[in-house]
Amino acid sequence: MTSDIAAILAIDGIATGAVYALVAIGTVLIFTVTRVIFIPFGDIAAFTALTLAALDAKRFPGTGALVVALACLATLIEVISLIRNGEVRLLPRALLFYLAIPLAVVGIAWLAMRMDPPLAVRLVLALMLITPIAPLLDRIVFRPIADGTVLLLLTVSVALHFALVGLGLLFFGPEGVRTEPLTSFSTEFAGVLVSGQTMLIVLAALVFSGLLYLFFDFTLIGKSLRATAVNRTGSRLMGIRPERAGTIAYLLGSLMAGVSGILIAPVNTVFYDSGFLIGLKAFVGAIVGGMTSYPGAAIGAVGVGILESFASFQSSALKDVIVFSLLIPILIWRSLATLHSEEEIEE
Amino acid sequence: MTRLHVQLAAAAVLACLALAPLVLSPFSVTLMNYIGIYSLVAIGLALLTGVGGIVSFGQAAFVGIAAYATAWVSALNGQSPWLGLLFGVALTCGVAAILGVVTLRLQGHFLSLSTVAWGLAIGFLFGNVEGLGRFNGISSIPPISVGSFALVSSAQIYYLIWGIVALVLLLGYNLMDSRLGRAMRVLRGGNTLVESLGINAFRIKLATFVIAAFLAALSGWLYAHMSRFISPGPFDASMGIEYLMMTMVGGAGSLLGGVVGAAIVTLLKNSVQDYLPLIAKGASGQLEIVAFSALFILFLQWARQGIVPSIARYLPKIRRERPQPAPPLPRRAQPTPGELLLKVDGAERRFGGLVAVNNVSFEVRSGEILAVIGPNGAGKSTMFNCLTGALRVSKGEIVFAGRPITRDPQSRIAKAGVARTFQHVKLRPRMSLLENVMLGTYSRTRTGLFAGAFRLNQREEASARHEALMQLERVGLGDKPFELAGNLPLGNQRILEIARALAADPALLVLDEPAAGLRRQEKLRLAELLRSLRADHLTILIVEHDMEFVMSLVDRIVVLDFGSKLCEGVPSAIRSDERVQEAYLGGVA
Repeated sequence: MTSDIAAILAIDGIATGAVYALVAIGTVLIFTVTRVIFIPFGDIAAFTALTLAALDAKRFPGTGALVVALACLATLIEVISLIRNGEVRLLPRALLFYLAIPLAVVGIAWLAMRMDPPLAVRLVLALMLITPIAPLLDRIVFRPIADGTVLLLLTVSVALHFALVGLGLLFFGPEGVRTEPLTSFSTEFAGVLVSGQTMLIVLAALVFSGLLYLFFDFTLIGKSLRATAVNRTGSRLMGIRPERAGTIAYLLGSLMAGVSGILIAPVNTVFYDSGFLIGLKAFVGAIVGGMTSYPGAAIGAVGVGILESFASFQSSALKDVIVFSLLIPILIWRSLATLHSEEEIEE
Repeated sequence: MTRLHVQLAAAAVLACLALAPLVLSPFSVTLMNYIGIYSLVAIGLALLTGVGGIVSFGQAAFVGIAAYATAWVSALNGQSPWLGLLFGVALTCGVAAILGVVTLRLQGHFLSLSTVAWGLAIGFLFGNVEGLGRFNGISSIPPISVGSFALVSSAQIYYLIWGIVALVLLLGYNLMDSRLGRAMRVLRGGNTLVESLGINAFRIKLATFVIAAFLAALSGWLYAHMSRFISPGPFDASMGIEYLMMTMVGGAGSLLGGVVGAAIVTLLKNSVQDYLPLIAKGASGQLEIVAFSALFILFLQWARQGIVPSIARYLPKIRRERPQPAPPLPRRAQPTPGELLLKVDGAERRFGGLVAVNNVSFEVRSGEILAVIGPNGAGKSTMFNCLTGALRVSKGEIVFAGRPITRDPQSRIAKAGVARTFQHVKLRPRMSLLENVMLGTYSRTRTGLFAGAFRLNQREEASARHEALMQLERVGLGDKPFELAGNLPLGNQRILEIARALAADPALLVLDEPAAGLRRQEKLRLAELLRSLRADHLTILIVEHDMEFVMSLVDRIVVLDFGSKLCEGVPSAIRSDERVQEAYLGGVA
């Protein structure tokens, strides 16, 4: 391997890694606030790419139908649980959040579609359509078992991923998509050609991580999210609702996953089931950061991207074998580096 | 319900299973075969996850290793499938042992995540290795033959599959009821508890892991020779998750749950395939996985326990006989009263900059009750943890019965004759009083894996059972040995822990704040019990907070304050010591 090839591979890896990093940060965000290891973020990313492709092709994406279906289901569950608990006065609020807003989002997207919008608007529409999915799934799937063990939540999360893959096939079909590059700009950097798309990916990852940092350190909502992550009971005593914190975390997380989906779509062909490996590799990155640190997760994810890029140069068939085998030493290192409280498993 | 009823029920189920191929259609028999094959993996997973608390997402990879191994031996090299069985089992257990040695020390969800990692890595490997047919798989695998009789049709291999399942269940339940099985069942109680019983937690975890892999290997062997064709698909990550689903649906704590879960998941998948096209025409393929996942999520939301435990709650309890007298277990040579038993010499323990225990020295002589007391934050618990090996001292030495134990792991200190109880009671709530106390006899008994599974060592088991009953009677809990430990009030749970410690035939009993959280009457009972133990020449070290409890009970007291030893002496001297009064009550104005 010459240094030229190494440089190309490294740049390639950094670009892939930056995409994973966005998803990884979302994964850490959700885990710290809700204790759910949300594997389906990869699916959210893939669905965003598919949504954008459909919009580009002037078709109304299946995402719309998916959001409407999930909104109806979530509303039904929320209304039943409110009536059961005798909290009828909260019904209008529930209808607004779980039914009206998601339906309005789909409606706006549908109307906007008819005006043949430019690319920038299509990007916004794709993100708008994708963001309600994770919070609605949270209400339907995770809220009823919020007190469960990390393991139960993880198992449910994995099952949810399979459900989403099925839904993805149903709503988007089996064809893979590749969207137009967002920019055709390219430049030479230390003797290696770097495409504008690559630079855009890295830039987006940096900007979004930075925004997240500002959000957590300088806004009250951000601080309440951090408080929930540290101690659910304590923050509840301070008047923070963990459910609301969870919803915000899911919204933010899906936004990041959505952006990563938009960024990866021009580089890789995305299928309805491409999300699993994106999600898992992002998750590997998140583990490197110990599932608690955002910069750690981002660095870990970029590391995974670089590793994958070099591994696929060595043996493209075995690249995933290499990436996941290397996870084991990382886990051992993380496990040794983390102090564990003696924990009994509940029965 | 008695044992006989259970045996009759099992015989009836076996008879039904034996007659099933005569009644069922060939398709149903094939379905039954798949259920049996999946059951084996799910039983192993129930053992690993439900009993041992190790969640594995990667069992499908083990099934795959064995299936590919036997296919390689029989289809590609023309050898007998029985040789394939040997090779498959050996290879799978070898891989599992290596993976286990590497990963089983991982903590918490890191361990589960590592199973995802190697599960995926091995799964990807099957499709990418040149010699194993890549994604086309290996076809024309020969059937299993017994003598010259080949098991070709599904009704023929049916008896082999279900015979193995029945045998595995029988041996599995035997194992659960034996010395090693009890050690596996205590794994979920946390490492400190396991090690305090003289059990090497890592070895038990490894054994459980390899047993689960062995069952997966059996399943893979049967699968390869039943379907006569293998490809990477049935061994990938999603199948690993499906096995976990089966286990959780059936009820993770129960071996029978593995079979029930495998049956339900397989039948459900089958009927989803059958009925979904009727509801939604044309979209069946896509909706199948959605419907299946949704059902599974609903199940986990509404019945986390699983089916078998939920049903078992409504069945009448099995009536058991009280253990009969049996020859006693060997006892250790007890130290002569008055002899030096434990010597702590200049012990120091630092946590970063904080010195929790600073240059503490004291001695315990055989036959006495010594209390280590001190106000909050005095370093009592740290001292206690150093004594039992849960923490290592940073400096200094601890000598027990003439042998330094400063660097020994917890389980070795426990084996040497130091038995402990816990401030926050650590019992196995779903095990009976008798079984909890039998845990204490672990280091006095020897029955291994095979002897346990085949019930070869019933004499030792009877002795252990009788010993446990005697210790229960000694502490006054002998009237209901088959009650579940979780049903006892706190005071009795503390006393049960003491019975468990006594069953280890200790030379030194160390009690961590035994009076904490007890009511007055319970404290009095506890003090009375400890006095009776002293009368039996047992040496006791108490770390305690409660002055009143200590003063009337112990022979000597060591007072700690801010990590250092303040003073040492008989209770009356300690009571009048000004430094102690100042430490506890503040200075005299």
